[in-house]
Amino acid sequence: MTNSDLALIKERFETLTERESSDHVALNCPVDVFVELCTALRDEFGYDMLVDVTALDNDVQSPRFTGIYHFLSISKHEYLRVAVDCANDIEPTLPTLAGLYASANWHERETYDMMGIRYEGHPDMKRILMWDDYPYHPLRKDFPLAGIEVPLPADDVAEVTGASVLPAPMMGGPFVSSADGPMSQTEPSAHDESWNEKKIKPCGN
Amino acid sequence: MATTKEISIGDTGARASEGEGELSGETMMINVGPSHPTTHGVLRLKMELDGDIIKKCEPVIGYLHRGAEKIAENMTYNQFVPYTDRLDYIAPLSNNVAYAMAVEKLANLEVPERCQAIRVLCCELARVSSHLLGVGVYGMDAGAWTVFMYTFTEREKLYTLFEELTGARFTTSYTRIGGVARDIPEGWLGRVLDFCKGVLPVLDQVDKLLTRNRIFMDRTVGIGTISKEDALAYGITGPNLRACGIDHDLRKDKPYLGYEKYDFDVPIGTTGDCYDRYLMRAEEIRQSVAIIRQCIDQFPEGSYYAEDAKKIFAPQKAKVLTSMEELIQNFMITTEGPQIPAGEVYFEAENPKGVLGFFINSRGGGVPNRLKIRGPSFCNLSILDKLIPGHYLTDITVILGSLDFVMGECDR
Repeated sequence: MTNSDLALIKERFETLTERESSDHVALNCPVDVFVELCTALRDEFGYDMLVDVTALDNDVQSPRFTGIYHFLSISKHEYLRVAVDCANDIEPTLPTLAGLYASANWHERETYDMMGIRYEGHPDMKRILMWDDYPYHPLRKDFPLAGIEVPLPADDVAEVTGASVLPAPMMGGPFVSSADGPMSQTEPSAHDESWNEKKIKPCGN
Repeated sequence: MATTKEISIGDTGARASEGEGELSGETMMINVGPSHPTTHGVLRLKMELDGDIIKKCEPVIGYLHRGAEKIAENMTYNQFVPYTDRLDYIAPLSNNVAYAMAVEKLANLEVPERCQAIRVLCCELARVSSHLLGVGVYGMDAGAWTVFMYTFTEREKLYTLFEELTGARFTTSYTRIGGVARDIPEGWLGRVLDFCKGVLPVLDQVDKLLTRNRIFMDRTVGIGTISKEDALAYGITGPNLRACGIDHDLRKDKPYLGYEKYDFDVPIGTTGDCYDRYLMRAEEIRQSVAIIRQCIDQFPEGSYYAEDAKKIFAPQKAKVLTSMEELIQNFMITTEGPQIPAGEVYFEAENPKGVLGFFINSRGGGVPNRLKIRGPSFCNLSILDKLIPGHYLTDITVILGSLDFVMGECDR
């Protein structure tokens, strides 16, 4: 974004502040002028592509969730990052951009799925990567890496097998070595009894 | 004694027109995938059909979701390199490069010229590999089996080259933050040139088999047309975007890895239909070969990693075993990860399938606070619910094939 454009935008939207960035121009935008800003970016400043929508979970800080948007101007070959803080830490919401950029539809569904931010006015606010009745938002910082046990999405299979979706084995799984004991005993290869240092590896004729 | 039985077929046309009234007006739901050869992976389409014409199409994705972004937050930058192989698994080398460059941009680190040249070779060979499959499989989708046999033979040769370079055929994991895993092997550049020499005649063969093939053209021309406006609105990138007539190639527009040094053309389509998308890929292979030749022609000497980035790139093994300082450095990088400053960065690279973007939010140290992967196939597929309605059911194969997507980077 050129300096004159940036000055023009800042003059028009007085509440905008510059955001720290290691590369492109980045702006912090309050929620109330966000849609107006994006409309201006698309129609007047030539940012014709919304390349990415995502969000940050700031963990214990408040505001906890920050929506991050990346715009691209095809004619000027310039990127712009806009960050919007969500007011509510418990049930975060942001206005949708699906009416301005069609690409926002899937990106916002993904952010809702992963982070739990609801986009107000979105035409089809449902999960996209996880299944529809999945109860958690996995990219939140309080969600464990291994996952949490949840019922199987297929009721008929669960009824017969009694199976559920289990957390990943972080310790003690078939390919994970435990922390106690010497490596010669804890490494996964130690469990393979077909060959070891004392017993030569069987090879074909 | 044999008996003869007479069967009357009558006028089938008349019978069909008699029943016409009963058939119209009712729609049928049909489900394609998630496990279906047309979908090139695990994409599911829920469609509503009126006769043979699709009225509504709802793509369902997520069957290959592995939580790559969550995993990235829980490991060091270098440990995540193998996971990038599994994004676009047709062209893993270009993902490796894009990821490493995003992190290096955050660390404000310039890699030496030789490293850049190696990475250009990686990217372009990956593009050739991806498009060879894209074109070959596309022929198969449209009913021309032979093309696939030609292109896949060439692709096999590429895998031999990849194996020589990286040690693996598919899961290359070749880049490290600040360089690549190892230098190119002896005589490898010559073998790449041999490959380039061999692949061009094959492309001519493919051209003869497909480009003016009546059946192929009947199936692809005017099918699945994407308008310029839609392409921009839906964030479509790569050959799919250029087929719509939009001149946007990051290698030209925002050059990275020294792409400005190479002389190559960016093919631009006119109509944005399936046929144009095929033409883009076929031509891009030729342009990639041109880049590879120029790159090898002026292949720079020097180091294949950033030697002054002591806290980012692990030192050479021989030095680790003899020098105390290097030993400590190696230990720190292995246990803590490469030390990357705090900040935010978004980097996009022009990959074979489109633009692969990485957004990294770092609070310093060896592990990212948040890493978002912008998969090109995710955006390219989001247009399906607009693109497919109005087409015949048989066009599904052709449209999906022409978008050339990979579910690995769509679902991540």
